[in-house]
Amino acid sequence: MKLLVAVKRVIDYNVKVRVKADETGVETANVKMSMNPFDEIAVEEAVRLLEAGTATEVIAVSMGVQQCQETIRTALAMGADRGIHVKTDEELQPLAVAKLLAKIVEKESPDVVILGKQAIDDDSNQTGQMLAGLLGWSQGTFASKIDLADGKANVTREVDGGLETLAINVPAIITTDLRLNEPRYASLPNIMKAKKKPIEEMSPEDLGVDVAPRLTTLKVTEPAKREGGVKVESVAELVDKLKNEAGVI
Amino acid sequence: MAVLVVADHDNSAIVPIVLNTVTAAAAISGDVHVLVAGEGSGAGAAVEAAKIAGVSKVIAADSAAYAHQLAESIAPLVVGLAGGYSHILFPSNTSGKNIAPRVAALLDVAQISDIVEVVSEDTFVRPIYAGNAMATVQSSDSVKVITVRGTAFAAAEAEGDTAAVEAVDAAEDPGLSSFVGQELTKSERPELTAARVIISGGRGLQSGENFEIIEKVADKLGAAVGASRAAVDAGYKPNDYQVGQTGKVVAPELYIAVGISGAIQHLAGMKDSKVIVAINKDEEAPIFTVADYGLVGDLFKIVPELDEELETQGITAR
Repeated sequence: MKLLVAVKRVIDYNVKVRVKADETGVETANVKMSMNPFDEIAVEEAVRLLEAGTATEVIAVSMGVQQCQETIRTALAMGADRGIHVKTDEELQPLAVAKLLAKIVEKESPDVVILGKQAIDDDSNQTGQMLAGLLGWSQGTFASKIDLADGKANVTREVDGGLETLAINVPAIITTDLRLNEPRYASLPNIMKAKKKPIEEMSPEDLGVDVAPRLTTLKVTEPAKREGGVKVESVAELVDKLKNEAGVI
Repeated sequence: MAVLVVADHDNSAIVPIVLNTVTAAAAISGDVHVLVAGEGSGAGAAVEAAKIAGVSKVIAADSAAYAHQLAESIAPLVVGLAGGYSHILFPSNTSGKNIAPRVAALLDVAQISDIVEVVSEDTFVRPIYAGNAMATVQSSDSVKVITVRGTAFAAAEAEGDTAAVEAVDAAEDPGLSSFVGQELTKSERPELTAARVIISGGRGLQSGENFEIIEKVADKLGAAVGASRAAVDAGYKPNDYQVGQTGKVVAPELYIAVGISGAIQHLAGMKDSKVIVAINKDEEAPIFTVADYGLVGDLFKIVPELDEELETQGITAR
């Protein structure tokens, strides 16, 4: 079974994001970038399936600027076999990414594509579902458990009321939620080994996909600031304030 | 042109966030239709949908394939109806987020996630970077497929109108997926996203059993119980308790954070609450920067005291 995982380069989750003064976006100069945390979970799951003998090959794909190759190297160091980099300096929105991935799926014929459920930069939560739609494949989104067998997968999903299990046909798209696994740290020997693994480079034009954005960002602004309030000294004072000042109890 | 709201429901009843989604739809057009695709839903959910104030028509599609809101089954139905609409809105809950992008891709249009404001019929505001920035985006697509953040729009009146219910045929089912089972959390307490008061616990609680002390307070105040990601990851509470960027987004009148440090992704899920109380032993914890009332100290001493104080003063749920 062949697996494809999609990995996105995003501002590291520990960085306090700052809106640019000219309201065109957020500050990315000299900011630490990392693999989207949900995508790390996707890579981990794929590598575990490889180690268990369920999968035979794991391909990591990333799209965007030259530095996305660092993100692919991280996936290779975690255990993916090879990489594909769709290189472009253009802004890529989820629909364009899904279309590019669909073309790569046509070329590589994976059985399952695993993606993070959402990227922590644009918080869209769309690409996996869009790819499933474009390919006419089943989708197991927000997965917290995956049981993969020939031609079928049982996916347990994190839903509003708790957990839900679906049986989905393979080939399938699966998107990862937080509780699926705990991603490993790549060891130094594996980081060294990853440097020798191949990364194939291509462009959106090579894949014949029009990536022109459909949404125009008119401005990016700071959210309304919430002022910190007061510290109270005792439970009695807290209850008094909630009752008589805020009027919420 | 009319706007279509795709309802989430359990066949017998509409999920409350649909009411907020209808309000967002009404901000775009005066003609709001609601699609209820389900099994036997003509009797339950569709009837409820028809009563929502501001809804002019309910479209009901009845099929066993729609019983569990599978994206693979529902998406072709929505795509078949899309020609009659300028906008298709879904609630931004786990069901809407699952189906909406699939619909958008099949229509070859972008999807706009989690809108918090309708600026005009093609321009919307949505949070990015866990709500640390707000993006105003304009769509150039002929049909706009959107998910709506429930807490950003008031709920439409559940009993306000009597719209006509029109039955439509089910779309052909692709047979790609099937429902196996579910483990839903059973609770007598209000649902997190609909609660007037929420009390949430974090890693500071140290175990799932220790949540009992905040549950006692919750029951006095008629509150829902939530948890931080750290507490859910540690197994103290199931996933559906999680408040945050990737869990539930809530905006109750009163949010009490107990033993929660206030990571960015948690704040993203609760900072629009009207009044925030933080109880934490670390006075430098970031949660205090958003709290209206902070109390520094040992939660295992403070929370039982709070419970007693509420008891003494005879404060109960409103």
